[in-house]
Amino acid sequence: MLLGPSGCGKSTLLRTVNRLVPLQDGRVLLDEADVASADVTTLRRSIGYAIQEVGLFAHMTVGENVAIVPALLAWERSRVAARIDELLNLVHLDPHRYRDRYPRELSGGEQQRVGVARAIAARPPVLLMDEPFGAVDAIVRASLQEETCQIARTLQTTILFVTHDVDEALRLADRLVVLRDGKVEQYDTPLAILSAPATPYVGRLLGARDVIRRLSLLRVRDAMVPGTGDGAIPEIAADASLRDALDAFLSGAETLAVRAGAGRIGTISYENVRRALRAPAAAGTPP
Amino acid sequence: MSLPHLLAHIQTHVALSAAALSAGTALGVPLGVLAARLRGTRGAILGLVNVGRVIPSLAVLTFVVPVLGVGFKPALVALALLAIPPIAINTDLGLRGVPPAALDVARGVGMTAMQAFVRVEWPLALPVVLTGVRTAAIEVIASATLAAFVGAGGLGEYILRGLQAGEPALLLAGAGSVALLALAAEFTLTLAARRAGERTA
Repeated sequence: MLLGPSGCGKSTLLRTVNRLVPLQDGRVLLDEADVASADVTTLRRSIGYAIQEVGLFAHMTVGENVAIVPALLAWERSRVAARIDELLNLVHLDPHRYRDRYPRELSGGEQQRVGVARAIAARPPVLLMDEPFGAVDAIVRASLQEETCQIARTLQTTILFVTHDVDEALRLADRLVVLRDGKVEQYDTPLAILSAPATPYVGRLLGARDVIRRLSLLRVRDAMVPGTGDGAIPEIAADASLRDALDAFLSGAETLAVRAGAGRIGTISYENVRRALRAPAAAGTPP
Repeated sequence: MSLPHLLAHIQTHVALSAAALSAGTALGVPLGVLAARLRGTRGAILGLVNVGRVIPSLAVLTFVVPVLGVGFKPALVALALLAIPPIAINTDLGLRGVPPAALDVARGVGMTAMQAFVRVEWPLALPVVLTGVRTAAIEVIASATLAAFVGAGGLGEYILRGLQAGEPALLLAGAGSVALLALAAEFTLTLAARRAGERTA
């Protein structure tokens, strides 16, 4: 995840990976192979590419757009057709309704879904996304983010993601690069960066003192006290964030029972949340 | 002058216009592509093409006849020159109007320059190009009446003879047929441009 204000060079950096921007100096390694030594068309066909403007081809149907890379790779017709339906299902667009439509007939959110489907069509091991959800409203964006993460997990795709949206970065990133004026300010997990910003700039950008943000990165499981608790107290899922726990405390609960699967594995109180906040960054894994 | 006579002249008129339009497209499209592609050449190409637009076809005929003689050939050259400007200008316009994001993705997914042109740029520019062809077609059909001056026949013969003999009926037959041809071309090519643009509009 590359995070920074506009003009900081994050898109340029992203585009050096598929060589849309040539390098003047240095190297880009993908699985330890220098991208500069690969054939440029072969390289690009093996890297997914999705951008904010989506850039759907207006003269092609949704299906043809999705199938562009398989077509370039000269897949067999039947395999392409099956893949189109599979991909549209994956991004929650009904193939029968959408396959033969043209991009201009779609809403912004639908277009971005098609853009994502096109990017992952040939199962690229690496996916470049340049603010792919920047042009849709917050609700659609949230569901697209969730779905994309899920797809990436299922396909085991590495995503290199550019954003200027701090919340998006914190929610999605496994590892976060904070950029400013073409320089890397910090590179670490979101929680580590929030807990210990390397520079005052990073601190300001992320709002490091924003307690709520930090809480949403910590899981109940990591802050609870093992045990079973009384039968009568309300429950919270072990994988919920501490932000959810705080919500429960603010609405009156004193102690929550932590549920994992069918059983209770511990309890959590407000004091546990406070302690987790003071603990070093290493304590948690993002929910 | 009889009806079969009129039909023969319509045929000549159509053949001449179609040949000139084809030649104008064959030259105008590459010029437009060149102008859109090589920034340095755009000013020169479009400037030249616009100069061509300003010179009246009658003047072109005067220049061409001493070289090519009278008949079909000089008329074809003059009309083809007339067809080039709108086609070249609209080709350039259409290609430059292709959304940058579509081009970025075309390159990003690994199309070669040729694939990006054939699969993305050209189809997206086509409606605008066809609009240029339509403009050229109407200009060519109207101006093809001048071919009668160099003995290439066509509906201009009627207008010419109508004027010389003082027979308004001949004049009307010629002018009316030209107008109908122009309308037919306008209709057909508008339809073609719309069909090409239907998806992209």
